[in-house]
Amino acid sequence: MPPLPLPPTVPISWYLTLSAILFSLGIAGFLFRRSIITVFMSIELMLNAVNLSFITFSYKLKQVDGHIFSFFVMVVAAAEAAVGLAIILTVFKNRQTLEIDELDSLKN
Amino acid sequence: MDALLFMLFAAIAVVCGINLVIQTHPISSALSLVGVMAALAALYLLLGGEFIAAAQLVVYAGAVMVLFIFVIMLLNAGTEHKVKKNPWSQYAGIPMLLLFLGIVACLVQQMFPSTESVSFGGFTKGGPLEIGRALFTTYLLPFEVTSVLILIAILGAIVLARKEID
Repeated sequence: MPPLPLPPTVPISWYLTLSAILFSLGIAGFLFRRSIITVFMSIELMLNAVNLSFITFSYKLKQVDGHIFSFFVMVVAAAEAAVGLAIILTVFKNRQTLEIDELDSLKN
Repeated sequence: MDALLFMLFAAIAVVCGINLVIQTHPISSALSLVGVMAALAALYLLLGGEFIAAAQLVVYAGAVMVLFIFVIMLLNAGTEHKVKKNPWSQYAGIPMLLLFLGIVACLVQQMFPSTESVSFGGFTKGGPLEIGRALFTTYLLPFEVTSVLILIAILGAIVLARKEID
């Protein structure tokens, strides 16, 4: 069997690159999608990407602080999801739509 | 072995992330997001974050996503309406995206050259013992403030969800 082209251990930059890719995907979803729920899920994806880089830097610095920070990010994300989904419910009750293009009552 | 596991879970995360963005039905996006979160939990384990990996699965992939799926089903959210795309964006989009990702990857590689590498077991302070110790000594004040934040979020969610706002 020929030796694998992969190195035996993973460089730290690969994790950071993965984090950047996931964050970019989150931005893309945030900008391109029109369903308000999918936009909201893209925000969660971005928060997850940031968490990954927190944990990676925690590994690099050999300190536990990054884990604590990503724990707080998780808590904030959970609170944000609860409030955001309540807002989505209220918007749907009043407007009967989930398309962000049609939610323009603050315009003009 | 480490690199193999990393590539496997990174591929799962990226494929699920792309699927999240390109699916038009919210429930497919939600399930892709669960995939991303599960893959990230595995990556946290590779980085030595045992507690965070468990919290990721329980809080994110469990609680938050159940909330999302509840709302999707409650609102009976369907597929998005198609809008006409600009032909320029349709053909130039993917090359531009690849170019952007390439630039990002190059930048990260330059800022963090591959001298340091991650091996499983290289960081063992990510267990509940160390997290708890840091959380209840150094980060005690933020931890307590977080409880107030969650209380406010609960109250806000209840108030928003039960009252009609005009």
